[in-house]
Amino acid sequence: MDGRIHSIETAGMVDGPGIRYVIFTQGCLLRCQFCHNPDTWDRKTGEMRSVASLIEDIKKYIPYMKRSGGGVTVSGGEPLLQTEFLLELFKECKKLGIHTTIDSSGGCYSQGTGFQKTFKELLKYTDLVLVDLKQMDDAKHRVLTGVSNKHIFQFAKQLSEENVPVWIRHVLVPGRYEEKDLTDLAAFIETLTNVEKVEILPYHKMGVYKWEELGLDYPLEGVNTPSEEEVNRAKELLNIN
Amino acid sequence: MAMMYQEYQKQGWEGFKQGNWQQKVDVRDFIQNNYHLYEGDESFLAGATEATLELWDQVMKLTKEERERGGVYDLDTKVVSTITSHDAGYLNQEKEKIVGVQTEVPLKRSMQPLGGIKMSKAALESYGYELDNEIEQIFTDYRKTHNQGVFDAYTPEMRLARKVGIITGLPDAYGRGRIIGDYRRVALYGVDFLIKSKQEEMAGMSGAMTEDKIRLREETTEQIRALQELKELGNIYGFDISAPAENAVEAIQWLYLGYLAAVKEQNGAAMSLGRVSTFLDIYIERDLEKGTLTEEEAQELVDHFVMKLRLVKFARTPEYNDLFSGDPTWVTESIGGMGLDGRPLVTKNSFRFLHTLTNLGPAPEPNLTVLWSPELPQAFKNYCAKTSIESSSIQYENDELMRPEYGDDYGIACCVSAMSIGKQMQFFGARANLAKALLYAINGGVDEKTNIKVTPGIEPITSEYLDYNEVMKNYDAVMEWLAELYINTLNIIHYMHDKYSYERIEMALHDKDILRTMATGIAGLSVAADSLSAIKHAKVRVIRDENGLAVDYEVEGEYPQYGNDDDRVDQIAKDLVIKFSKMLKQHETYRNSVTTMSILTITSNVVYGKKTGNTPDGRKDGEPFAPGANPLHGRDKKGALASLNSVAKMPYEYALDGISNTFTIVAKALGKEEESQKANLAAILDGYADQQGHHLNINVLDRATLLDAMEKPEEYPQLTIRVSGYAVNFIKLTRDQQIDVINRTFHESM
Repeated sequence: MDGRIHSIETAGMVDGPGIRYVIFTQGCLLRCQFCHNPDTWDRKTGEMRSVASLIEDIKKYIPYMKRSGGGVTVSGGEPLLQTEFLLELFKECKKLGIHTTIDSSGGCYSQGTGFQKTFKELLKYTDLVLVDLKQMDDAKHRVLTGVSNKHIFQFAKQLSEENVPVWIRHVLVPGRYEEKDLTDLAAFIETLTNVEKVEILPYHKMGVYKWEELGLDYPLEGVNTPSEEEVNRAKELLNIN
Repeated sequence: MAMMYQEYQKQGWEGFKQGNWQQKVDVRDFIQNNYHLYEGDESFLAGATEATLELWDQVMKLTKEERERGGVYDLDTKVVSTITSHDAGYLNQEKEKIVGVQTEVPLKRSMQPLGGIKMSKAALESYGYELDNEIEQIFTDYRKTHNQGVFDAYTPEMRLARKVGIITGLPDAYGRGRIIGDYRRVALYGVDFLIKSKQEEMAGMSGAMTEDKIRLREETTEQIRALQELKELGNIYGFDISAPAENAVEAIQWLYLGYLAAVKEQNGAAMSLGRVSTFLDIYIERDLEKGTLTEEEAQELVDHFVMKLRLVKFARTPEYNDLFSGDPTWVTESIGGMGLDGRPLVTKNSFRFLHTLTNLGPAPEPNLTVLWSPELPQAFKNYCAKTSIESSSIQYENDELMRPEYGDDYGIACCVSAMSIGKQMQFFGARANLAKALLYAINGGVDEKTNIKVTPGIEPITSEYLDYNEVMKNYDAVMEWLAELYINTLNIIHYMHDKYSYERIEMALHDKDILRTMATGIAGLSVAADSLSAIKHAKVRVIRDENGLAVDYEVEGEYPQYGNDDDRVDQIAKDLVIKFSKMLKQHETYRNSVTTMSILTITSNVVYGKKTGNTPDGRKDGEPFAPGANPLHGRDKKGALASLNSVAKMPYEYALDGISNTFTIVAKALGKEEESQKANLAAILDGYADQQGHHLNINVLDRATLLDAMEKPEEYPQLTIRVSGYAVNFIKLTRDQQIDVINRTFHESM
């Protein structure tokens, strides 16, 4: 079984607990304005890697995972575009006792049986999902990401129903939200029963050069990273201690 | 040797658990019987006292003035430094708890011509001073120096190898250093006991007078003389150090006077301290228990001691600084580690030493080295990680690898060289340039920069594309030649150093029978490995000049690069280490020393790069090598751990003199919160130890800070970064070296 892979980071320490082997998959349905990995959008590029070859590589980092309580995170791109691959990868990780995490925006989530069949099986082998909730207001969500947010919130709800631990993550883009958006988001998070942590990801510009390399116009030109006060206020509104 | 428990020792040893250490010199036995393991956290630590802050402020002013005066505060031009050559010198005698400086003025650099009068003269002249005529005449006409001795014996081939830079940084014109006196002995036994021990040993050196025995007798007599001078140094500062120290302040002072005697007598490349913090903790604990010392006072003693260590300076030439930049002295102090019985050797004083980085701010010296084991108390590991994140001033070395080799009372000399304290010394051997050697293999032994034939008996490769097997065959021949020449060169150097610049006081603080190692080294490992990988896995086309000399290379296609945990190239690097190490061991060494090897460049990776032409990996003429065993900057593309794993594959058993790795990461990449940053950094160190990695310099900083410091050095007087086995004050680096550091890989994945 092969996966379409963008790149590997052997020392990921910001995508889940501990030190993590992060696999960035290639391909995403969302076109987020703040995206720092636009080079992972295209579903046709990337490198095909077999589960076996990835597992061989992952094994080399087990000491660091064990010492830190880390594991493997599949990020992207949108990893859930490749659920069959994920399922096989995570089954192998579990054989090695490795903690598994999916970092997803839920962009390709569907309640259709085709998606659900593999997805439900996959959740059995998934220890944690990092769920990106970007905007409660659907119209704003369409502007920000190019798609509606309805199925994304269904995604979060299903994870709650299935009792899969999640960390909710929210990218804070100055000038692109109102306080109400955050309080609405907080209220939604309140309805979930599986949330272990809520994280603010302050918007940053480290991916801007990639937009330029891809010949794309950067939609957030002139937007600055949020100030410490803005981040702290957002934390307050999202009930983060 | 057995000695009676003397009356005069009673006071000093009162309250200590008795043991063999009372019969003969055995500091380890004393420590094992008496130290108090501390497994708690840092909350007990005390801040800096007013006196400490005032003194440190004075030091900062002095160092600012030193910078403004072009890098040296003042230099002796007339007085040859010996243990007793100078009157007492102070910062502020009223406030200093621990006293003593190398000359009578803090930061004034002493003159030490025994290594080489030319070097002394050049050092003086480069800062606008003039060497006293009489001194010059004495050390030219009447008293030969080490440097003169070496050049009297060098062969033309050795001179050539040195000139073209296939072997560089040799201690043939300066003090070799890397010898650690067991300065703790001065505190524990007092000097009289040590003299008496040496005298008794001397009595046993009888019978047939072979060259070895004659030398040993002469050296031992010199050692005894040096110990007598050490007592005199005590008198100069108003202390009678003939008897054991009676309390913590005396223990630190006695120990420091031993060290001070060494740095007054030797301008060694690295003048390391050893492993003193846990030893000293025993004295501090005794005083704390008695109620004669408070925690604040204990920290003050450590702060003042460390402040003195930060003041140690040597007169050196600008060329020397090009090699070893930032005015380093390598006052390396080894902290922590595990005992052979499984108890961690962590005490409260391990914390206090690290805490000086907070109380006095970060600094390159003393070179604080944590002997790391995953079994160390978690609270201590977290504190180390925290201090690393805040100061970038600590290096870590794997106790799990070293303890089986050296026991549990070893220390680090210089950067990565482990040695049992008081029982082992090394002959420092700088390094051979394996990247240049590869170019010799291609060019038939002709140097690519000077067009001089250096290696005999090798035919140049003439094909358009390089063939791996053909190159390897020639490379083996060049390395065989290099290994023999290198060892022979070192034999001459160390014969002469023993003869003309013997380390009297440092060796007086050693046992009679010691293990000597011939500590060779290699530079350019990653460049050589990547070049061979390119030849093997891609196609490398040779570009030759009109004389047929290969001057450039074109790599067609991709090839696996060292630093990505890819065995296709990592194995090449590993094989090179094993192969060259074995070649070196074939040759007879001076004084039956055991040949070891390091993969360490210090900061000379920049100079080595300058002296090496284009290489088949695509590196351009003059570009710096990676430091130590690091992957070349920017080639480690799979993240920090892949890079660490590649380096960890280098086999320590073939590089027992140490494998240096320098690691830079931005704080935010270590985790989102301070707690997770600490935990993750400690876990990286645990994991690296599990993978058999040897040494890790940890820098936690970002490029922007360094760029800013380059522009506004005055705003960053204490910005410290780890380079290769030691730390430097960033603003003291040459501009080339600053750029090299900035170009290195910063792990910043977020």
